[in-house]
Amino acid sequence: MASILTVPSRRLDRQRLQDAAFRGTTQLFALGVLVLLGGIVMALAVGAVPAFRRFGWAFLTSDAWNPVTEQFGGLPAIYGTLVTSLIAMLIGIPLAFGIAVFLTELCPPALRRPIGTLIELLAAIPSIIYGIWGLFVLAPVLQLTVQPMLIDILGDLPVIGALFSGPPLGLGVLTAGIILGFMVLPFIAAVVRDVFSTVPAMLRESAYGIGATTAEVVRHIVLPYTRAGVIGGIMLGLGRALGETMAVTFVIGNAHRIKASLLAPGTTISATLANEFTEAVGTLYTSSLIALGFILFVITFIVLAAAKLMLLRLEQEAAK
Amino acid sequence: MQAADLYARRRTVNGIYLALSMAATATGLAILFLILWTLLRNGIPALGSDLFTETTPPPGSRGGIANAIYGSIVMTAVATLVGTPVGVLTATYLAEFGAGSRIAPVIRFVNDILLSAPSIIIGLFVYELMVLRMGHFSAWAGSVALAIIVVPVVVRTSEDMLRLVPASLREAATALGTPQWKVIVMVIYRAAIQGMLTGVMLAVARIGGETAPLLFTALNNQFWSTNMNGPMANLPFVIFQFAMSPYADWQVLAWGGAMLITIAILLLNILARLLANWSNRSP
Repeated sequence: MASILTVPSRRLDRQRLQDAAFRGTTQLFALGVLVLLGGIVMALAVGAVPAFRRFGWAFLTSDAWNPVTEQFGGLPAIYGTLVTSLIAMLIGIPLAFGIAVFLTELCPPALRRPIGTLIELLAAIPSIIYGIWGLFVLAPVLQLTVQPMLIDILGDLPVIGALFSGPPLGLGVLTAGIILGFMVLPFIAAVVRDVFSTVPAMLRESAYGIGATTAEVVRHIVLPYTRAGVIGGIMLGLGRALGETMAVTFVIGNAHRIKASLLAPGTTISATLANEFTEAVGTLYTSSLIALGFILFVITFIVLAAAKLMLLRLEQEAAK
Repeated sequence: MQAADLYARRRTVNGIYLALSMAATATGLAILFLILWTLLRNGIPALGSDLFTETTPPPGSRGGIANAIYGSIVMTAVATLVGTPVGVLTATYLAEFGAGSRIAPVIRFVNDILLSAPSIIIGLFVYELMVLRMGHFSAWAGSVALAIIVVPVVVRTSEDMLRLVPASLREAATALGTPQWKVIVMVIYRAAIQGMLTGVMLAVARIGGETAPLLFTALNNQFWSTNMNGPMANLPFVIFQFAMSPYADWQVLAWGGAMLITIAILLLNILARLLANWSNRSP
């Protein structure tokens, strides 16, 4: 009798041990994700110390960028990052919004999948392809047609005119913003489409039932219901735009200057890193570039975290 | 009469609204087809046996991008082989053991942020972590940078897929006295394998075209190199360098590389989607 009882119990012990080991292994790797984030923050912070110690807060407000005299300020790159992302949002949001409305309210069901997939494929095209396309196709078109038109029409206006002054170079802040807009469009469109489809059919049908038009249903029923999710999707797109590297590097023109004109060349944090990091000599130069990377990470982290929290809130509300 | 006016106005507004949303969709599709058309028009002239057999040339002479294709494939493969198990195990914890734990939502949150974090930051991190310590650029560092990008993608898709496995499967296996790790490895993984494979394919497609993390890690190599411990050529870097150069023959090679990489990535994406549809339908 004893042997019958002890053998299974020993086996049970072994199985318990194996289970604990398996669980522990998965937990270890899961915690690794947190370690990774911590490691990234640490590595960037440590690398940035020499630059922050040397320049202090002035690093954020100075527009000097001179590797020879070792004077570095992050303002032009930070400014360029924010302005290109803003242009990207101005272009990407309306387009993405229109696509989401089309896919959820208008599109014949048979076409919904194929068109949705094609839009999603836009997100799959690598950044560098947008860059090469922007450089060889979009920039010349902008230079020859769109930019001269902008200068003619808007260039003489009092305040807006300053934004569209100077020669049409093709490359510059505006071109980078437009490319970024095209790139973030599929990300925003996908999120907005998904949150639009969380609206209960009954709400939508009730509105149609009392005679509302599609436009009215979207404005008065769908949008108020999904506001948090839509904003979350936009922030997600913004997070992408802020950190995009290669496409911007191709078309922004790489100049450490702050010009009022959107047609002038500029730079962004990511483009500066891509262009200069491997060629940087000296601790201070390298450290200044890493400091820029640190600033970029902090900005995108805040934007993405906010986006995530908004989407989570919508999910919880939908689950209720 | 007034009611009829109001009705007409509402119809007009609606018409404008719908026309704009159709125009937006048309714009999105037009961008996709314009990019593909540009790639094909400029990329096809670059096609030839040289493209796949010769290494990257100095300006002015003939050559191909064989070393870059090799480098891209090797680094993508290593990154996928390293990143996938890490991602799957993390996803297993989140989906199977995470319920009720306080740390699981935090890990999920951080993972979602890493999913969208700028890839150039990953490059900087690996530079600090490996390149600086080793004293030179290397294909290993490039692979690690890409693997860090693979992990969040695999975690996200695998967790979703593991959650889709019906609880009755778990309960049936557990009722037979199967230890939990066997339930997960032999029952749950098998049920979710197609979906998880889709995730891995999407991850491969994602890193296949990543350039920014390789700039400071794998760098580039003009010559044929299989040494993982040294700089290695890769398609994105070569496209970047050659497209930005003033030499016409380099630009042609850049277009060829761009076309190859885009076709491969789009095919992977479409295959992954087909696989996902198929696995959704089969049970």
